[in-house]
Amino acid sequence: MPVTRGFTGRRREGDPARADRLPPGQHDVGRDWPVLTAEVAPQVRTETWSLTLDGLVERPTTWGWDELRALPRSTYAGDIHCVTTWSRFDCRFTGVSLDTLLEAAGPRSDATYVVAHAVTGYTTNLPLADVTGGRAWVVWEADGRPLTPEHGGPVRLLVPHLYFWKSAKWVSRLELLDRDRPGFWETHGYHDRGDPWREQRYQGDP
Amino acid sequence: MTAAPQGGWTTARVAAVARTGTGLVGVRLDVADRVDHLPGQHYVVRLRAPDDYTAQRSYSIASDPADPLVELMVERLPDGEVSAHLHDVLEVGDVLEVRGPLGGWFCWDGTTRAGCVVGGTGVVPAVSMLRHARRIGRPDLVTVVAVGRTLDDLPYAEELLGAGAFVALTREDLGSRVAAPPYPDEVRRLLDDPGAQIEEAFVCGSPGFATYAARLLGEVGVRSSLVKVEQFGPTR
Repeated sequence: MPVTRGFTGRRREGDPARADRLPPGQHDVGRDWPVLTAEVAPQVRTETWSLTLDGLVERPTTWGWDELRALPRSTYAGDIHCVTTWSRFDCRFTGVSLDTLLEAAGPRSDATYVVAHAVTGYTTNLPLADVTGGRAWVVWEADGRPLTPEHGGPVRLLVPHLYFWKSAKWVSRLELLDRDRPGFWETHGYHDRGDPWREQRYQGDP
Repeated sequence: MTAAPQGGWTTARVAAVARTGTGLVGVRLDVADRVDHLPGQHYVVRLRAPDDYTAQRSYSIASDPADPLVELMVERLPDGEVSAHLHDVLEVGDVLEVRGPLGGWFCWDGTTRAGCVVGGTGVVPAVSMLRHARRIGRPDLVTVVAVGRTLDDLPYAEELLGAGAFVALTREDLGSRVAAPPYPDEVRRLLDDPGAQIEEAFVCGSPGFATYAARLLGEVGVRSSLVKVEQFGPTR
């Protein structure tokens, strides 16, 4: 592809250690936290909200707000990457590891994928392998504060090693399946897996 | 809805650059091996430095699919790496890497009654819809409420007014309308004709604007399941 006349870029003026944390085609937004959703942020009341883990599990399980917060807590400190090319470094999210939830529900041996459902009807699909082994959480706190509605509060999924559309806001159900079932953006032109380091943004990206 | 077309990486020659208004640049592109878009879709523009460093951003399409060129309208953002280049450096004849059209959700296929509540550079997809509707001889299908701070700030202000859009300015009076965000009765005009209820609503703008616009649509009776939202920009 051609070099753009007159463009030199600015990334190398910065700290090289930060540049190494930036996947291809991404830029560092500093402390801004952009909002990109296909829908209007719903006002979810914690009194009536719950999270259900079902599908191919031994013990379908539902947690209310207080029950979820009574589980052993886990914190992710690190970076997040949005398909629209912003990355935000050094975020700190607190919640529960998906490993903890899966242990409670007992995935059946034929479970290979998960679909996360939001209260709005939004869905996103992930291989089960991408949400186990300490790589996925449901979180209710960001940077030491309760997660706000526009960022998915009260509770969102967090899968920070994939593009952030996989980290479903306002999550209310995790459904285990024995096959892949593309979710909302995955049926509207976006990549099925969404690994930022392989720049899997849109359908057709390798 | 029919599936929206999606295009891969290609190159585009800059056919026109229009630096108009406050911090706005219109770019018209002759896209190689172009895939026709639906109004509401976007393109990614990628800039490449001599050492292969790249920066890319997405921009909504302003043009009608039948336009031989693809038109983008870019707002200069504070510290914007790509928008600064497009504003300060880009010239006719330059070649850019582009990818598009992209996006299969926030788009209009020209068959439904669409109501748009759009703000700032969020008017761009509504302009594409209006142009498309006019060309296919169905200007009645698209109703637009466009919100800007001032007329100078609002991209395509004259074209929007000429096409019958309702324009609400928040920082200056427009005719007899005193500066204010849109009121519910001004949005209700989207639904005025009882035989012409909107089938889709498109909201585009900043997160704050999108929240406000969506609430307005709810107040005037538009079901949230009809509302498609595209928002951009940060919270802090």
